Amino acid sequence: MSGFTLEQLSSRLGSHIESSSEFRGENTYFVAPEKISEVLTVLKEEFNFDYLVDLTAVDYLGIKSPRFEMVYYLHRFGEQYDENIRVRIKCSISEDKPAIDSVTSLWAGADWLEREVYDMFGIVFNGHPDLRRILMPEDYDEYPLRKDFDVRNREPSKRSFKKALSEGNF
Amino acid sequence: MGLNAAPTAGGEGFLTTTVNSVANWGRKNSLWPMPFGTACCAIEMMGAMMSRFDLSRFGAEVARFSPRQADLMIVSGTITYKMASVCRNIYDQMPEPKWVIAMGSCTCGGGPFDSYAVVQGIDEFLPVDVYIGGCPPRPEALIDAVMKIQKKIDIEGAPIV
Repeated sequence: MSGFTLEQLSSRLGSHIESSSEFRGENTYFVAPEKISEVLTVLKEEFNFDYLVDLTAVDYLGIKSPRFEMVYYLHRFGEQYDENIRVRIKCSISEDKPAIDSVTSLWAGADWLEREVYDMFGIVFNGHPDLRRILMPEDYDEYPLRKDFDVRNREPSKRSFKKALSEGNF
Repeated sequence: MGLNAAPTAGGEGFLTTTVNSVANWGRKNSLWPMPFGTACCAIEMMGAMMSRFDLSRFGAEVARFSPRQADLMIVSGTITYKMASVCRNIYDQMPEPKWVIAMGSCTCGGGPFDSYAVVQGIDEFLPVDVYIGGCPPRPEALIDAVMKIQKKIDIEGAPIV
């Protein structure tokens, strides 16, 4: 499919879209978390969204329920500059056992992005090939970007540091 | 050191000194830094070593990337707890005697990063000899710190190991 409109896109996805919004040319679609794999596969395979710009999560503790929201930014390169299309896909994830399907099979670049989200928010990605912490030490036991974690709490880091020193594990 | 030149000269002079003071004289004038640069302070450290500021005027331009050949560790840049164990390990691998310069606000006290990941001053895990404030400090400040280390070696010295 070379050229298409966002209307075609939303009619193809149909009932998968829970809601959508538009702000100054930015289009956002909310989908159900269990449908995320299916929706993103359609976007990549049928609408040529080859480029996963970014993948991240937001913690809306005390603001929204369910608490977490996954965000996917997709880009489609058109033949002409003005045929480039960028969309944002969102889905909510509940607090108890937060998990969602991995998209590494669609975009290999999602690997480290999903590891970062896992590291910072504790969201588990089903089907991820190597789901380990990427920034924090491997024995770190908190999820630092969660809103109920005190950003100045250095105790978990100190524990990991002392353990690494005593074991000679660098 | 005392210099006693023979009156007729011609290479006949001699020195009276102690082994310690000769060793410390050598140490202070040929500090070999181990650059532990992790952030923007490292750029200023490189600047201090390049021709404009020319740290070699103080004998400290031979940056050694192997800790086993270095006796001055210049920690320049934000140190996270994950990096701290690496930093300590490298320090432990340096032979005695050795000195440490904490370059910049981050190494001195965490700088602007009052966060879960950043060490609030490397003196939590390293014995620091000279602190340089600034974000980042100017190369002159690093040169000043090297001169302070030289003075420290001159005054305190270090035993022959």
